[in-house]
Amino acid sequence: MNENLFTSFITPVILGLPLVTLIVLFPSLLFPTSNRLVSNRFVTLQQWMLQLVSKQMMSIHNSKGQTWTLMLMSLILFIGSTNLLGLLPHSFTPTTQLSMNLGMAIPLWAGAVITGFRNKTKTSLAHFLPQGTPTPLIPMLVIIETISLFIQPMALAVRLTANITAGHLLIHLIGGATLALMSISTTTALITFTILILLTILEFAVAMIQAYVFTLLVSLYLHDNT
Amino acid sequence: MASVVPLKEKKLLEVKLGELPSWILMRDFTPSGIAGAFQRGYYRYYNKYVNVKKGSIAGLSMVLAAYVFLNYCRSYKELKHERLRKYH
Repeated sequence: MNENLFTSFITPVILGLPLVTLIVLFPSLLFPTSNRLVSNRFVTLQQWMLQLVSKQMMSIHNSKGQTWTLMLMSLILFIGSTNLLGLLPHSFTPTTQLSMNLGMAIPLWAGAVITGFRNKTKTSLAHFLPQGTPTPLIPMLVIIETISLFIQPMALAVRLTANITAGHLLIHLIGGATLALMSISTTTALITFTILILLTILEFAVAMIQAYVFTLLVSLYLHDNT
Repeated sequence: MASVVPLKEKKLLEVKLGELPSWILMRDFTPSGIAGAFQRGYYRYYNKYVNVKKGSIAGLSMVLAAYVFLNYCRSYKELKHERLRKYH
């Protein structure tokens, strides 16, 4: 059982070729582009959703921060669609791999921080010291703030990995438990099945929320630095 | 009698069974040819099921069902052990 539990997290390789590339590229097929004013229902729905999200998320930024709109919108679309596709049976979710989440988090965080240091050096350095701290505490607080700054990309990546992986593992475990209990006691199996249904609903929510949180935090780091 | 259509330009359903191997060999297997085949296939599906006035959920769900099926085929080797049997 132990080996079976984690086999769904191995990166798919077929005959030595990385199949994972195709799986990562697959969500792009689900977002067709259209140059028309009035397009089909699918594209209209996506455009409406994208407009809603971009207005909600980018309205807090000034014009310099709003140049990041394309990046942040594609980020939330990618993470959201990848997480939701991972809820389908037997599929592989690229966001369960820490390597990929680090690859997304570190460049974005670094970009935001370096933009802040280059353009508004004094303000970004001032973030290291909250207002109104008593003078003896200053050295320690600067150290703590520096640590908390450098932990941001790690936290972004690990948060996403851990949430999605934990959700998938729970679904595997409870599903296996339901199946095993079916022959022993049907009532318990029904209870476990209800738990499974609730968990799946939670996972749908988590899939989308994690995308939102990731993007929101990157946008927050951006706001601090523009 | 109508002029004979050359083998290369016939569609698949018009090719006679004996001519099938030579028809397959005449197809364009260059990278741009294969890319063109994928593009034609994609647009054929898209224009039939998605890019219509009253598109339904079927257009999307067929794609997702095919995705699930392909992933099942990919992980069949590990799943063979999970079949219903008395002792695992």
